[in-house]
Amino acid sequence: MDAVKSLSSMEDGRKNTAMLWRAVRDTIPIMFGVVPFGITCGIMGLTAGLSSLETVFMSVLVFAGASQFIAIDMLGAGIMGWWVIVLTTLLVNLRHLLMGASLAPHVNKLPLTMQGALAFGLVDESYALTANQIHREGYSAYYQTGVQISLYIIWAFSTLAGTVLGEKISNPLEWGLDFAMPATFLVLLMPRLTDRISLYVCIISAIFAVLGALYLPGKWYIIIACIAATIAGGFLERGDQGEE
Amino acid sequence: MRNEILYIILGMAVVTYLTRFGFIYLFRYIKAPDKLERWLKHVPTSILTAMIVPALLLPAGHLDLSFDNRYLFAGIVAGLVAWKTGNIFITMFSGMVIMLAYIFQPLA
Repeated sequence: MDAVKSLSSMEDGRKNTAMLWRAVRDTIPIMFGVVPFGITCGIMGLTAGLSSLETVFMSVLVFAGASQFIAIDMLGAGIMGWWVIVLTTLLVNLRHLLMGASLAPHVNKLPLTMQGALAFGLVDESYALTANQIHREGYSAYYQTGVQISLYIIWAFSTLAGTVLGEKISNPLEWGLDFAMPATFLVLLMPRLTDRISLYVCIISAIFAVLGALYLPGKWYIIIACIAATIAGGFLERGDQGEE
Repeated sequence: MRNEILYIILGMAVVTYLTRFGFIYLFRYIKAPDKLERWLKHVPTSILTAMIVPALLLPAGHLDLSFDNRYLFAGIVAGLVAWKTGNIFITMFSGMVIMLAYIFQPLA
């Protein structure tokens, strides 16, 4: 019995390692999008008058690109109020609540420390890849861990690279590399649009996202679009069930 | 490191972490209603769309539906390639070719 058990746990171990590497491999294309942003973050930090240490420290501790850009921008403009910057950060990152809620049923069985550790690395890109893996084969904590550790290392080191390179290189985002992120998300989105309801959810989200991006500050457009389209999707599904 | 910067970074880190852990922690102790899952399963599609579409239609913060908008053109091509191939490298390559063609204008 024990031999069988240890054999199957060895089998599990191999599967888990394979899953971890697969996650790292899936993260590679996203690197093209993350690295220029990290480098820009490093350069912007120095331009705003932060030291290299402060800039990298922010990436290591906060690990949230958009809100870091905004905070650095505010610091550069001489806004040093703790509440202003921290509250803005909170608002910009509120969208993670929705991502957390969406992953919650899948991570429910994990131990608290594991959940706590995984939550730290829950960024837009890792959420997108993890949700894609759930859609494809089901949730794997090893997959999520692999994606998040890869992204974290890339983010920290590309910020560091930005502070080292300083202003020796012109704006790396001008090289068209900022297209890497939408391209990655497109590949993740397309396989989801296979049924009528998903298509409607996508269209509704697109409309609200554009309206929100036009009229709302910061990243609110993501939150508004997500709430509107998610609710619509739920109702459409209920309508479908009612017809049966 | 200056103290006021350190406190700002720590504050940012704490509130960001709360947004990431908030619902995961909550649903650990409060059973999420079953119906909620019917809604939550649409979150990935909604969020992906909401992150892509404004990046393509409003790259500079205002709506730009013209052919001068390289993000939109590259996005349409990449979208079609993503749909047909499902391959991230081919998709990114096709989009980047168009982005670089706009930037360096070899045909102009």
